[in-house]
Amino acid sequence: MNGKMSPAERLVLARHPQRPNIDDYISRLFPHFFPMRGDRLGGEDAAVLGGVALFRRQPVTVIGTRKGKGLEENLSGHFGMPSPEGYRKALRLMKQAEKFRRPILTFIDTPGAYPGIQAEEHGQGEAIARNLYEMSRLTVPIIAVITGEGNSGGALALGVANRVLMLENAVYAILSPEGFASILWKDASRHAQACGLMKMTAGELKELGVIDEVIPEPEGGAHLAPEILFREVEASLARQLDHFAGWRGTALTEDRYRKFRSMGRNVK
Amino acid sequence: MNHIFQKRRARLLAMKALRGNYLAPDQRAVCPECGKESPRKEVSHRGCVCPQCGYHWPIGAYHRLSMLLDSGSFRELNGKMTVSDPFAFPGYGAKADAVRRKTGLLEAVVTAVGTIHGKKCVIGVLDSRFFMGSMSSVVGEKITLAIEYARKNRLPLLLFSASGGARMQEGILSLMQMAKTSGALARFSERGLLYISVLTNPTTGGVTASFASLGDVILAEPGALIGFAGPRVIEQTIGETLPKGFQCSEFLMEHGFVDAVVSRERMRDTLGELLLLHERGGRT
Repeated sequence: MNGKMSPAERLVLARHPQRPNIDDYISRLFPHFFPMRGDRLGGEDAAVLGGVALFRRQPVTVIGTRKGKGLEENLSGHFGMPSPEGYRKALRLMKQAEKFRRPILTFIDTPGAYPGIQAEEHGQGEAIARNLYEMSRLTVPIIAVITGEGNSGGALALGVANRVLMLENAVYAILSPEGFASILWKDASRHAQACGLMKMTAGELKELGVIDEVIPEPEGGAHLAPEILFREVEASLARQLDHFAGWRGTALTEDRYRKFRSMGRNVK
Repeated sequence: MNHIFQKRRARLLAMKALRGNYLAPDQRAVCPECGKESPRKEVSHRGCVCPQCGYHWPIGAYHRLSMLLDSGSFRELNGKMTVSDPFAFPGYGAKADAVRRKTGLLEAVVTAVGTIHGKKCVIGVLDSRFFMGSMSSVVGEKITLAIEYARKNRLPLLLFSASGGARMQEGILSLMQMAKTSGALARFSERGLLYISVLTNPTTGGVTASFASLGDVILAEPGALIGFAGPRVIEQTIGETLPKGFQCSEFLMEHGFVDAVVSRERMRDTLGELLLLHERGGRT
């Protein structure tokens, strides 16, 4: 456990180049993973990886944003920033999960949705909105894990889940602290100050009720002892899936809706 | 005694909100598009549209409602809800007070029940003078309450967007409003009810990526900036300048994300037509 770190220090760990990514989680936790490609609307996006796999011998749909480890991997997937094709592929896989009554597990680690010409032409906003809308009424359990950086609607588009788990040093926010500082104070260099104000760490978000569970990381961060981390993540996912086993579809959508309906409700 | 002053103050603020719009209080308004001057009165009378070139100025929420709804039919929903400051964010409370005084508005959205061509509907209008129409917890809550009201009373829903996106000062709670409003719309839609989304200048960020993009019918005012990422962010990311007309209403229509671009002058009649067409069995 890393009890006394500042939000800015945690951000460094959340963005660490050696931090386990979606490929690592899949190879360690999900045997028989079969990746599926394409949104069936004319596009494929390497920034989103998804497919069907076994988790403790149970078929599940796994979807994650994909921050690569090397430059080449990262250029092909815009450093883990999905395009509309990625979100639409994710939605296709989620609908497929519903058809086959498989739980959905999402892994979120993204600087945000990709801001590009083609992404706008292809309806980035619509793609994200559609995911929020459709995820709210899927009749299978959805568990989301924020593993690194979860920024903006680009992260939320995979995050409308029955339970949102978060690694201890991950961050989840409206946008990057750099972007936040530049919008609010016209000065991106004040990002450290932004980190302190943004309520983006797992502990703060648990208190706010935005996330449901904090998954502890090994001392010094997930990259230093990934095997320990994988065991923790596996145990948490197993516990959540057990909890929702046997739930009816309407109970699942109701549970998910109530969770998000309550956010920001205790206002005057 | 104090009570009387409070009431009077509330009434004055409400009047200010009704009058208010973007035009400077000069005798003549200069159009930022064509550069020509027109009498302010004429511009205001036309709903803040340039009489020379048809440029659409941003328009206050109450002013827009007065142009859209049958006169006397307006009844505001949750009109007393105002900015909350969930994180006690430095400077937010003071800024909110200043904006409230300046605009007479209590939050960036006004929601109401009214009729258009005699047809009852629930309507929400964002006002970009209030923190750029950004989505705060209260904005998300008011919109969700309006959706729920429409669902319960089986009424069509109209939402006019004008927003820079998320309310920074409310951080993650602002983000969550995207999921909240979208989920509420999904439940609304399951009842077979109509939702018309109207995009006005500007509609960006979290509003584009939630309720604004989810209409059964999506209309846009001419020349509005509509997108997810702002043009500056895109330019910085790709390192080129954007082509002219990128992310404007007409561009979105060309790319299949808007059904029709409708001028402000035609908006009320267009909405009346659409409401008629969506009445059960088309009966009048």
